[in-house]
Amino acid sequence: MSDEVYKEIILDHYKNPHNFRQLAEPSFKADDSNPLCGDHIELSVKVADGRVSEVGFIGKGCAISQAAASILTDLIQGKTLDELKGMEKEQLLEAMGNPDLGPVRIKCALLSLKTLKLGLYPYMSARGPTP
Amino acid sequence: MEALALDVEKVGADVPIFSKLFNGKTLAYLDNAATSQKPKQVIEALTDFYEGYNSNIHRGVYEISERATEEYERTREAVRGFIGAGSTEEIVFTRNATESINLVARTWGESNVREGDRVLISVLEHHSNLVPWQVLCQAKHAKLEYIGIKGDGTLDMDDFKEKAGGARLLAVTQASNVLGTIVPVKEMARIARREGCTVLVDGAQSAPHMKVDVNDMGCDFFALSSHKMLGPTGVGVLYGRKDILEAMPPFNLGGDMISEVHSCSASWNELPWKFEAGTSNVADVIAFYHAISYLERMSMESVREHEMRITDYAMDRLREFGGLHLYGPADLSKRAGIIAFTMDDAHPHDIAAVLDREAVAIRSGYHCAQPLHESLSLGGTARASFYLYNTEAEVDRLVAALGKVREVLGR
Ligand SMILES: Cc1ncc(COP(=O)(O)O)c(C=O)c1O
Repeated sequence: MSDEVYKEIILDHYKNPHNFRQLAEPSFKADDSNPLCGDHIELSVKVADGRVSEVGFIGKGCAISQAAASILTDLIQGKTLDELKGMEKEQLLEAMGNPDLGPVRIKCALLSLKTLKLGLYPYMSARGPTP
Repeated sequence: MEALALDVEKVGADVPIFSKLFNGKTLAYLDNAATSQKPKQVIEALTDFYEGYNSNIHRGVYEISERATEEYERTREAVRGFIGAGSTEEIVFTRNATESINLVARTWGESNVREGDRVLISVLEHHSNLVPWQVLCQAKHAKLEYIGIKGDGTLDMDDFKEKAGGARLLAVTQASNVLGTIVPVKEMARIARREGCTVLVDGAQSAPHMKVDVNDMGCDFFALSSHKMLGPTGVGVLYGRKDILEAMPPFNLGGDMISEVHSCSASWNELPWKFEAGTSNVADVIAFYHAISYLERMSMESVREHEMRITDYAMDRLREFGGLHLYGPADLSKRAGIIAFTMDDAHPHDIAAVLDREAVAIRSGYHCAQPLHESLSLGGTARASFYLYNTEAEVDRLVAALGKVREVLGR
């Protein structure tokens, strides 16, 4: 692993996570963990007029997983549900400054995105297609 | 064979990976509980085999096949002596300790564990000595029970004594791969067998680091892995008492494990080959011999002594460093050379990743012992584990690198 893992942006978000709270009345929420290392993320999202109006997360785990979740919460503010659905892992990694993660730790980085989709899909199918 | 005093510098010089540079630094390899590094004697034995007498065993009547067969069987004899078994019939080669345990679960377990039986393991167990029993117990509607540990990380012997009566099987590790706890398996085997309970000892973390004597221990089965004791990957050993192995059905079926095959029936080969179906891992078994002779030349007593000294030094240095939580017995006589720890403000994965930049290799996570971590309410630990080539200077590098962790990740 290279020195390029613990970039400033990752350390900043790890030490001072953004949106670190649980929403009282989320439109959907989900939680997931990484069984290999015990990272855990709980994500709650509020949707208004088809867009993300508020998002919060709580969790514990390694710097990569927690920073990624914090960065993700910034990234998805104001996005439409379809934009969330189409969100690719590259977008999150880029927002993290493309750290040089190996095959093991990439799972830490992507846990929050996986959690987001875990909550998003059932929410979208329950709502039915957007008119 | 006369034992040499353990000269840690000399041992280090025998291990080629220690002369390589990683990030411009030599490797401080402190993940020996996961696997050990290999001395050149073992590596060269592999090349010698493939270049000089590569052939299949127990079949050919030509010279190189006979030589391969002899050397393969020579390893069996060496293992027998190394663990104090009575006969080579009791030594079965497998792929690893995990497969050894699965072999017992699927053959002995399949025919001996019945509905309502109790199988006893401990909370210290590695998943390899846990999941096979969990699955067997589910299939048989038997009950899996856990022996607990005490606050100091040692096994709760009172709990064991309470549960031993009437148990069908005791399957327990001799040394925990997380807490380092050395389990008094001899005393437990005595009690268990008095109760008519069969005893399997997982020796994956003990056989590489201390003198083992299966006869003295009084176990029925004992499992180990070559790769954790200077040998190649892909070789494990199952020791089984002869009368038990004889009564057991075979594991895998096919070539080599049969004596006669007719179109409608087959009969099984003698021990131990009855349990070695198909072409064995010939090269690695042959090279494993050189790992055992290496350890025997040093003597297991001095390996253990060396590791106790390093562990003692490391525990002192880590306590001095401060802000760490160290797990496992403080009493070194009850502890193998393994130190699991956590650090406030830094997750074990981050610790290991920052240490990696300093070419200090440790492990982080659950170490395949999730129930143990859960029982201690830990979401993972960082783990340093030592072997005969580790030095005090490497412990110093570990501590210095932990300083970097605090610098980078401290909030
Ligand atoms: C206590 C214990 N048992 C069993 C095993 C499994 O060994 P292997 O992976 O070589 O089968 C390990 C390996 O880490 C271990 O530490």
